[in-house]
Amino acid sequence: MLGYIDKIKETSNRLLKESKVDMVMCFRKGTVPMINEPYFAKTPDDVDHFVWDSNCGINLANYLADREEKIGIVAKGCDSRNIVTHIIENKIKREQLYIIGVPCRGMIDKHTISDMFEGEIKEVTEEGSKITVKGDGFKETLDKKDVLQGNCTTCVNRNPVIYDELVADLVEEQKDLDRYADVHKIESMSPGEKWKYFDDLLSNCIRCYACRNACPLCYCPTCFVDEHRPQWVGKSIDPVDTRTFHFLRAYHCAGRCTDCGACERACPMGINVRMFTRKLEKDCMELFGWEAGLTLEERPPLDTYRPEDPDDFIK
Amino acid sequence: MKVIKIDKENWAVGLEKLHASYRLFGPVKEDNFHNFKELDKGEQPDFNFSNTLLSPKSLVHPQSEVMFEYSLDEKQEDHHVMKEIARDYSPRVVIGIRPCDAKAFLLVKRNFDTHEYKDPYWIKSYEATTFVGFACNTPAGTCFCTTAGCGPFHEDGLDLLIVDVKEHFLGIIITKKGENLLAAAGWNLESDSNAASKQIERIKQEAEARITSFVSTDKLRIKTTMELYDAPFWEDVAFSCINCGTCTYLCPTCWCFDIQDEHHGCSGVRMRNWDSCMYPLFTQHGSGHNPRSKKMQRVRQRFMHKLKYYVDKYENGIQCVGCGRCIRLCPVNIDIRRVCDIMNNFGD
Ligand code: SF4
Ligand code: SF4
Ligand code: SF4
Ligand code: SF4
Repeated sequence: MLGYIDKIKETSNRLLKESKVDMVMCFRKGTVPMINEPYFAKTPDDVDHFVWDSNCGINLANYLADREEKIGIVAKGCDSRNIVTHIIENKIKREQLYIIGVPCRGMIDKHTISDMFEGEIKEVTEEGSKITVKGDGFKETLDKKDVLQGNCTTCVNRNPVIYDELVADLVEEQKDLDRYADVHKIESMSPGEKWKYFDDLLSNCIRCYACRNACPLCYCPTCFVDEHRPQWVGKSIDPVDTRTFHFLRAYHCAGRCTDCGACERACPMGINVRMFTRKLEKDCMELFGWEAGLTLEERPPLDTYRPEDPDDFIK
Repeated sequence: MKVIKIDKENWAVGLEKLHASYRLFGPVKEDNFHNFKELDKGEQPDFNFSNTLLSPKSLVHPQSEVMFEYSLDEKQEDHHVMKEIARDYSPRVVIGIRPCDAKAFLLVKRNFDTHEYKDPYWIKSYEATTFVGFACNTPAGTCFCTTAGCGPFHEDGLDLLIVDVKEHFLGIIITKKGENLLAAAGWNLESDSNAASKQIERIKQEAEARITSFVSTDKLRIKTTMELYDAPFWEDVAFSCINCGTCTYLCPTCWCFDIQDEHHGCSGVRMRNWDSCMYPLFTQHGSGHNPRSKKMQRVRQRFMHKLKYYVDKYENGIQCVGCGRCIRLCPVNIDIRRVCDIMNNFGD
């Protein structure tokens, strides 16, 4: 993936020079290992700061909602699906965008890697499918496939679904995956076990809303947890309120979530909030044969009406 | 400097003795990180960490804190009266706090304990607490305490500072509270203070030399507030910010809170919860107007407050102790060191 950057820069420079776009969104190198910063370029000088590597897991589609400019955006598979969702939901117009598609080979998970080492990690570098981690008194080379972000291990849309230009040849999609093994595991639990599982999952939540705010879908001007006239949810860290936040947010993402993993990646407490949305993603697949963000031609199941809907209540 | 020696065999024994006169709080490993928790009898703090994920500010200023309770049931004699709830202000000790986090309480104190206003909850909790620091022999790459008015062996805000010199601990007695704690723990081995001071000085210099990250703050005070406020760089700084509460909630020096009434049926409580200037609701007026309705304005507020308004108002440095938590955990890598340098050098 390191090889993509020259092409990304070349395209970005061209777009800016020809005034095809007002800005290009990409990443610049982070100041700490395993995080890059979403970054926009308005001039070729800015483009010099662009990087592309396995630490670009934040979903750039999140920065598009309601923008007025003409924007070039570097998009991996999941970003492109959230761009589709944005277009369908009128958060941005297709004509405003020049999508620089990145065939993705997966992003690495900073929590997984940090947990593997005792001391502080000082530097993480990559070469092909190898990731080298250096810290005080250790240096180890890992296989990238073992340290991917959870969502990347089950991703079947590594290639962008919508683009104006690609930075490289399409990559082979992952096949024969058991995509929902984690969800099956929870589905097979007894109600009591499920309750405990989700209680444990959320026990460290500090309600910082990084998960919600990193999510491209969560663009409501006022989120239901922030409503105060009337107020729907308490604002303390009472577990009931914390659960309410997570359950309802997940439902608001049903049929829209692309499992990009930005929410999980953003959480400072390392909580895998995708465990809520994945069940809904799976249900959408099983009930409606639907996967979010694959096409501009069709609206998501929860905002369409069809006479042949399997449920009675809607008729 | 008065220094005592604590034999490592005597450490756990002393901690157990402390339970007789204090509630104990210390760092414990949970999942894959450390946080401060109340220690039960027999439970040991775990010092195998560089710093806790969350700051210990919640020990004095909890994320959610009930202040009053009330009843709206008119059959009750004291209906519609806010009644203060009983709280535990018995002596407690925080063991293993890092010097930056202890110093942070002094910065926060400037807000909660002033001539004009005294926050009774914060003050009582703070005063009930004895802070036993653990010097940082190996600071992390994101620690910039030495240029943020603090340091790995800094003593301000601590009652006792423990230095691990491998063969035993040395304890620097800073206050009377610290001395009382030593007595309660039965840690009373005299040491040759002179030799111990020299040994500590050496380790301290080594630790300071390990700090690789710095900020410049020297020009913040002389910058014109409105020029900084109107500076063009804020749009760039704010671009990636997602306006979450991570930096605020993790920060030992952020003090803002919101007051809420929560009731169920006829009874309820008045509580306060941490709040963040990064949230739009923070400044939403009753009229619906929001003076900080844009993301850029909120990001600017966070940094202007920490690095300019605070600096001007208290003339005592920046509102940051350089713990590095916001740098490590901001989901989009907004780095206060960078922003501080941009502000400090603006217009030069
Ligand atoms: S990012 Fe993590 S801690 Fe913050 S609200 Fe979401 S789940 Fe909770
Ligand atoms: S809920 Fe999480 S995985 Fe789904 S689209 Fe939002 S950020 Fe991505
Ligand atoms: S602003 Fe950041 S580095 Fe400074 S004290 Fe707060 S969390 Fe620590
Ligand atoms: S600076 Fe980072 S941690 Fe703070 S609100 Fe913005 S995104 Fe969240």
